[in-house]
Amino acid sequence: MNDLTHFEVPLRQTPFHARTAVLNKLNRWGPWAGYMTALCFGDEAMEHTAIRNGASVYDLCPMVKYRVTGAEAAAFLDRLTIRNAGKLPVGSVHYTVWCDDEGRVLDDGTLFRHGVGDYLICCQERHLPWLLASSAGYDVAVREVTEEVAALSLQGPCSASVLDAAGFDVWGLKPFRMVRFAFQGGKVTVSRTGFTGDLGYELWMEPAQALPFWDHLFASGAPWGIRPIGTDALNLARIEAGFIITNMDFIPADQALREDRARSPFELGLDWMIDWDKGHFTGRRALLAEKEAGSDWALVGLDVPGNISAEGSILYHGKKREAGFVTAAAWSPSVKRSVALAQVEAKYRKGDDLWVEIYALRELQYVKLMLPVTVVERPFFNPARKRATPPGRF
Amino acid sequence: MIYDAVIIGAGHNGLVAACYLAKAGMKVCVVEKNDWVGGAAVSRSLYPGFTYSNCSYVSSLFRPEIMRDLELPKHGLQILPYEGGAVFTEGGGYLGMFRDHDANRREFARHSRHDAEAYDRYSRDVLRFCRFIRPMLMRTPPDPSSFKPRDIAELIWLGRKMGEMSERQMADMVRFWTMSISDFLDEYFEHPVIKAYLAVSAIIGTALGPMSPGSAYVLLHHYMGDVDGNVGAWGFARGGMGSITQALARSLAAAGGEIRNGSGVESVIVKNGHAQGVVLSNGDEVRGKRVISNMDVKRTFLKHVAEDQLPGDFVKRVKAFKIRGSSGKLNIALDSAPVFPALPEGAPNLKGDLHFTDSIEKMERAYDDWKAGHFSRDPFQDVMIPTMIDPTMTPPGKHFMSCFVQYAPPKIEGREWSDADRDAFGQTCLDQIEKYSPGFKNRVLHVEVRTPRELEAEVGLTEGNIFQGELTFDQLLFNRPVPGYAQYRSPIKGLWMCGSSTHPGGGVMGAPGRNAAAQVLREAKLPNRMSDAYAVL
Ligand SMILES: Cc1cc2nc3c(=O)[nH]c(=O)nc-3n(C[C@H](O)[C@H](O)[C@H](O)COP(=O)(O)OP(=O)(O)OC[C@H]3O[C@@H](n4cnc5c(N)ncnc54)[C@H](O)[C@@H]3O)c2cc1C
Repeated sequence: MNDLTHFEVPLRQTPFHARTAVLNKLNRWGPWAGYMTALCFGDEAMEHTAIRNGASVYDLCPMVKYRVTGAEAAAFLDRLTIRNAGKLPVGSVHYTVWCDDEGRVLDDGTLFRHGVGDYLICCQERHLPWLLASSAGYDVAVREVTEEVAALSLQGPCSASVLDAAGFDVWGLKPFRMVRFAFQGGKVTVSRTGFTGDLGYELWMEPAQALPFWDHLFASGAPWGIRPIGTDALNLARIEAGFIITNMDFIPADQALREDRARSPFELGLDWMIDWDKGHFTGRRALLAEKEAGSDWALVGLDVPGNISAEGSILYHGKKREAGFVTAAAWSPSVKRSVALAQVEAKYRKGDDLWVEIYALRELQYVKLMLPVTVVERPFFNPARKRATPPGRF
Repeated sequence: MIYDAVIIGAGHNGLVAACYLAKAGMKVCVVEKNDWVGGAAVSRSLYPGFTYSNCSYVSSLFRPEIMRDLELPKHGLQILPYEGGAVFTEGGGYLGMFRDHDANRREFARHSRHDAEAYDRYSRDVLRFCRFIRPMLMRTPPDPSSFKPRDIAELIWLGRKMGEMSERQMADMVRFWTMSISDFLDEYFEHPVIKAYLAVSAIIGTALGPMSPGSAYVLLHHYMGDVDGNVGAWGFARGGMGSITQALARSLAAAGGEIRNGSGVESVIVKNGHAQGVVLSNGDEVRGKRVISNMDVKRTFLKHVAEDQLPGDFVKRVKAFKIRGSSGKLNIALDSAPVFPALPEGAPNLKGDLHFTDSIEKMERAYDDWKAGHFSRDPFQDVMIPTMIDPTMTPPGKHFMSCFVQYAPPKIEGREWSDADRDAFGQTCLDQIEKYSPGFKNRVLHVEVRTPRELEAEVGLTEGNIFQGELTFDQLLFNRPVPGYAQYRSPIKGLWMCGSSTHPGGGVMGAPGRNAAAQVLREAKLPNRMSDAYAVL
């Protein structure tokens, strides 16, 4: 006999589970990348309010992580991703995507540069075979380190004050930069990053430090109403911020069964990241051709009239011809309007004569609405406090 | 009495065809040589209190459209999805299978992190091929040499489906059709036991080895079915595979069709080039306006139709049709559940397929024995214990174990199998299980050992080939069973084919029977009320 128990515990528990389990009053859990993750601790509106008003904590551990090290780590990542990884200063972070040979997006993620030849990729999906195959010929090592890193996302206008109270001076830390602090004999890395479109930080540590750190953070944050949040509240915040999620707003190219489901960076509005001058990168030839010929699809932000979420709706041109579909939508408490992310055929990207068909549930009965939508800039919610350095003191 | 259709054989395809014809208003009679129905989809009791799935043992290919059209659930059919499965490795380890995606990934990662992550990409690629092939299952293949509007329309449809693919996808597909499963898996995986597990579906029932070109397609054939939309998944028919044919028989009775058991067809009556019925071995004649054979193409035309009624070229092609037997089967009554010490206690793995072949090389060695005209000394076995979840087949606490075995040749070194050969074959398989489950043999109450000899004698499968003919590309689509006769017709007017020798081939799928019925109804200008094929994913 042996002691393997995948079948008894199919979903792993994160290093913070001992704390989150107690706080999860509703016992509402969902799977995320092989882990149990809290969908809501008790009240989604209160949790969303914590993100926009005080300080919120989200358990980030399930995020898939790959460490890339070696003399040619920068060259490899320049080949792999569309952005310039070599120019990313040590101690900085950038958002990036990587494509297949046809220039279709495999995933998006954040790239952390810890040293000249030491990077960390954080993403939604798993890519080890792709990363290993792509690294052939480069002097690099690629290792999956998801389980070796514990992480929390601390977000909200008071998050800098909370960190200050916890003994971490981040007043000078600019967006997309990171800094390392000593903590109880170990180290905690703080990056000014997040997925809420608000002031916020991500805190990275070894799993052994997880529980002491959690306790310390919550004790320090009490005056600012620090509270744990679940995926539901975070999802609302990210829609307000106009961020996309792999496998929610687009299908990664290597998972698409239908070839026409895969999308390019142009089609997801991410072409601004492409560095055409850095030399060859995977997908470049196809993307160059697409740049010339134009794209089939576009990802847009929509302002939807009324107060009903347009989740799962179909878009029409002139109320008749199918023009696209909504990938995420919500009534936004922060901007007081109904907003949506949508994929539309490229010719409708401007939004002229674009309509959404919504099934509004009114007391167990669906009512069909056909409403004119407007294409608007993202982020929908874009507060100055997100960028201010030093951030506001509360 | 002259029936509208006489169907030779109450295999599941014969019954499916009969049901559709009866539902369309035809008077049909199925004649079956055995005292029972089902052919290779049968449940029989050979030991008191125990029901076996004597031949086929799991279901995935059986088309849900047929279950719906023929109201099989109403007639008692239940398909049970199952979980689990394991490959036991030399030295006491195992690779386990779990339905939960994350549990399964972690189990694969225990052997190779790379392979654990490669698995999703592999499944995606195989599913892409399924999406292409599945819509063809319930269509009559076009005849590429014909200029009939229907053939041309069908060719255009095929062309359009190809046209939907990128050049790269097309290239991948063409490679896949012709590749060996071993080469295909090498493109994704590194770990031998993971490859051995995934190669299984490519060797089941075929006289190809995992390194033979063409074996990759056999994998797809086993992957394109589903259980309630879960593509690639397999399930048990509650009560054994015979429940499928029992439900079909009840559906047929409800539609007014008849079944005559116990005396087989001696010959097909052909007058003026037209089939008019059959003569049974007991001398009875059953007359019909048309005759539809569920027997394989070799048995039908080489044994039961006078050769002078057939064009020489057709006979030549039928003789050349590859129908090599390669499989055997053990059906075992167990006094108690076997224990496999390698598995963690309480693990669900025993509820699924159990294998003892931990590398593709071992499978290929097993195939080498077949080539030399011997059963494999270290065979590949697909072992299942349906009674882990089906409470209807044995008394409580007892178990029925089904062992499907590759490879067993149709002849032993060129001569017929003897009883001693069969017993030695059975012993080899039991010994292999005992090695991984000490004390196993003491639990055995009864064993039914079936070599290709027994399969041919009982079911009529020529050489014991489980698919009524190899599933190699030269024998698929418009080349199945032979070029020019892929549309369920034969050279003799009024004599049709509906068995697994026809498109889209073997397995308990029902598609050949349904497609044949569609062609018969079309010719008879009768309406057919078949549901359209369901969309794939
Ligand atoms: C050991 C074994 C295991 C298998 N495992 C699986 C599995 O797990 N899953 C799966 O999907 N498939 C499996 N298969 C394949 C599948 O069972 C067959 O391909 C399928 O059942 C064939 O069905 P059929 O209706 O085309 O023909 P058959 O089942 O071969 O039916 C032909 C019928 O004709 C009758 N007949 C023959 N000669 C005469 C005659 N002269 N007069 C009257 N009647 C006659 C036979 O008795 C039989 O009833 C297995 C097959 C075997 C042999």
